[in-house]
Amino acid sequence: MLGEKRIRGIAERVLAASEADETEVVIFGLEERLTRFANNFIHQNVAETNVAAVVRVALGKRVGTATTNDLSDVGLERAVEQATAAARLSPEDPDYPGLPEPTPVEPVEAFDERTAAYTPADRARDVGAICRQAEAKGVTASGAFRTSVHEFAVANSHGLFAYHPTTIADLTTVVMADDSAGYAAGASWKVEEVDGVGLGAEAIERALRGRNPQPLEPGTYPVVLEAYAVADIVAFITQMAGAMLVSEGRSWMTGRQGERLMSPLISIWDDGRDPAGWPLPFDFEGMPRRRVDIVREGVVGEPVYDRRWARKEGKTSTGHALPLSNPLSPWLSGGAAGPLPLHPVMGAGEHAVEEMIASVSRGLYVTRFHYTRMVHPRDAVITGMTRDGTFLIEDGEITVPVKNLRFTQSYVEALASVEMVGRVLRRQRTGLGILRAPALKLSAFRFTGATTF
Amino acid sequence: MKEWTDLALDTARAKGATYADIRIVHRRVQQVSVRNGAVDLLAEHETVGFGVRVVADGAWGFSSSSRLTREEVQRVAAEAVAIAQASATVGKEPVDLGPPEVHVDTYRTPFEIDPFGVSLEEKLALLLAADEAMRRVKGVRVARGNLVAQRERKTFASTEGSYIEQEITEVGGGIVAYAVDETEIQQRSYPNSFGRDQRTGGWEIVQAMDLPGNAERIASEAVALLTADPCPCEVTTLILGPTQLALQVHESCGHPTELDRVLGAEAAYAGTSFLTPDKLGAFRYGSPVVNLTADATVPGGLGTFGYDDEGVPAQRVPLVREGIFVGYLTSRETAVQLAKMRGEDPERARSGGAMRASGWNRIPLIRMTNINLEPGEWTFDDLIADTEHGIYMETNRSWSIDDKRLNFQFGTEIAYEIRHGRMVRLLKNAIYTGITPEFWGSCDAVCNVDHWRVWGTPNCGKGQPGQVAHVGHGVAPARFRNVQVGVMVN
Repeated sequence: MLGEKRIRGIAERVLAASEADETEVVIFGLEERLTRFANNFIHQNVAETNVAAVVRVALGKRVGTATTNDLSDVGLERAVEQATAAARLSPEDPDYPGLPEPTPVEPVEAFDERTAAYTPADRARDVGAICRQAEAKGVTASGAFRTSVHEFAVANSHGLFAYHPTTIADLTTVVMADDSAGYAAGASWKVEEVDGVGLGAEAIERALRGRNPQPLEPGTYPVVLEAYAVADIVAFITQMAGAMLVSEGRSWMTGRQGERLMSPLISIWDDGRDPAGWPLPFDFEGMPRRRVDIVREGVVGEPVYDRRWARKEGKTSTGHALPLSNPLSPWLSGGAAGPLPLHPVMGAGEHAVEEMIASVSRGLYVTRFHYTRMVHPRDAVITGMTRDGTFLIEDGEITVPVKNLRFTQSYVEALASVEMVGRVLRRQRTGLGILRAPALKLSAFRFTGATTF
Repeated sequence: MKEWTDLALDTARAKGATYADIRIVHRRVQQVSVRNGAVDLLAEHETVGFGVRVVADGAWGFSSSSRLTREEVQRVAAEAVAIAQASATVGKEPVDLGPPEVHVDTYRTPFEIDPFGVSLEEKLALLLAADEAMRRVKGVRVARGNLVAQRERKTFASTEGSYIEQEITEVGGGIVAYAVDETEIQQRSYPNSFGRDQRTGGWEIVQAMDLPGNAERIASEAVALLTADPCPCEVTTLILGPTQLALQVHESCGHPTELDRVLGAEAAYAGTSFLTPDKLGAFRYGSPVVNLTADATVPGGLGTFGYDDEGVPAQRVPLVREGIFVGYLTSRETAVQLAKMRGEDPERARSGGAMRASGWNRIPLIRMTNINLEPGEWTFDDLIADTEHGIYMETNRSWSIDDKRLNFQFGTEIAYEIRHGRMVRLLKNAIYTGITPEFWGSCDAVCNVDHWRVWGTPNCGKGQPGQVAHVGHGVAPARFRNVQVGVMVN
């Protein structure tokens, strides 16, 4: 871990090396340790110590970017030179909003010493407990357990400096029997809140209950979706809630703000300051993150903004800028996607999953979705498979496991048919955040195909 | 570099490793992207670091760092051993890598024009010309274009005595037009979706793409798709164009033949595979015209290299011969495991050379190289003329497959109805779905070598922590009978 003092020093060296009109540096520090297991033993076990500096310079409205993980004076100066050379060649960007002045950011605690100090032996002990449980039940466990320290910092030539150290632990496990599987996952910035033994037991119970799955005709069924499946819905809905996608007509939100598109039981928001998630109190321009209500009791709310899109549309930034380049998570960078929510939450309701199941005369209980992809953006039509525990519900009870089904379903329409919302929010790790979602009961979900297992 | 590699290997050995290797990797990436006439990103990226992989107490450990200093190399090598020792506490059979691989060599991918020698002005001008041509077409809401040049220099050394230096140069580019009206959104990409096509080679690859020359065409297609008829829902004959077929090969042949996936290593992530070892050599994967090969030696392929990331030479490995499943993508460890499973001599087991890491900070996993559908006999015109009723689909828009790689559903950007041997009607929102061996079993024609080329897939995901691999697929258009199309109709 570099610490605030060293990171501030790196930022100062970058800013001092630049003669541009404006200069910004975003610094990522990472110490990631991940233990992976399969067939009831550890088969991969890795560690990464990394840092990256993303330098953006502006000559008037001409902007260039360079990234490096060489923190020597030579390395940082070369990055500044490369960014400056790119800026000189770049045509003026009429939408460039300039870099922000220093803006107060209230810190949020999200660093846990125990998580930061978690050792390979600690993770092996926790993973070993899952594997032993599985062996005792005659099934095989696989999964991954990760404990990481991240540092995020933004500094610019107007004097802005923001720094946030944080930890995260996340564990996923899939347990397989001969013809069935079960899944469980958890995440928190405190490792003590990730209950490996409990998650292992949950996945084992699902795998054992799923033995001898029966084929089921595709069709439209009422469903009870576990929070793992709902997390996928929340992820797609919120990934299309950025101002750029909405403006370009590539979002389910386009032209629909203020309309009631979903059940009044559904509220979805993004909150980068909530300590129950994985808080990161500022965005990658150094702006404070604000809570944004994307869906409020079924009514389409607001998209999230960075400064560029706020300026274009006469709004203020909600603190959702992505880094222009992100060497540690290349798929999470700005440009193609524009501003995006990283800390989505679907509000909890008042029902237990058992109550949802009891309310279904004939339908399906789905643990999770697999390999979901956008078929059409207008109504967020998604296709994917069920996986790791799909069961038939008859007369209010789970009766038999069923073979996995393919669905092709508008997630917007799905959320319009929500009848019950779970009272428990489960935390699941996403790219740069933790997503929280409850279980849901839907009156209709469209399954369009079946597989052989 | 030898000073660093010796230090890492000596440290690992001293700490108790029975095997160790180190990769030192320097990667430079230049990215230029434009959007609606403005520069989206003009950026240079550099990353350098090293990863040490060890076997200690019979188990694997890996550690990596961006700080190439004496102290850090020693710390990382020692940490890799400590991690391996922790792995061993939840271990099974000791790691067996089979016979040693000892190679001292250098390799570089060839190019005609160094992409880093071409000015940023020229690159920008090319993209802006294509962007302008797309936006001249009425109805286009968003035009985007991007170019990527990448050069990776890596040094591999192992305690078995290998010392290999490689330089891989890649170039990619592409454009996309989005057309939007009040009820519909359509996109067209060239030469491939997901931003670009990419290959090993030089700037000549981008020159051959002629992005500005294709811009107006794809923009017009995007606009025409807004009012096109939807793909019907029926069982019919399907002809896949080259880039969609490349993705079909990727998902339904490439991934399921990864032997680590087959043996459960990916069970908790994207899943396992239906191609279990009992099927090897006997299972009918496809029709007799289906021949699939993993070829890391094909010129220009995005999965082309001299040695994989555990120091095994690049090879050409048959996967499917005349429709029969005959081979896997393998590593040293899994080749030995497979031999033992099949009662073969593990001392003779050799890796097929498919271990690849996405960077210095990742362990090598079994990854695709260039997974190629070998060319058949048909010309494309004859194939269309020979089709009485069907649909031609091209350029992927969505893709999904189950966790054993059986049930798939793919959507394409564009499709045409075929009637009486002619493409007669533009269709939008095209989708097809099937079960992998049934689908490949229905393949009755593959176009010939004149239509065959290698396409790049620079976005192949696998592993935890995630790795994005650059892989290739050589294909020519092919025909499939009795395929379900048009699941979504709007």
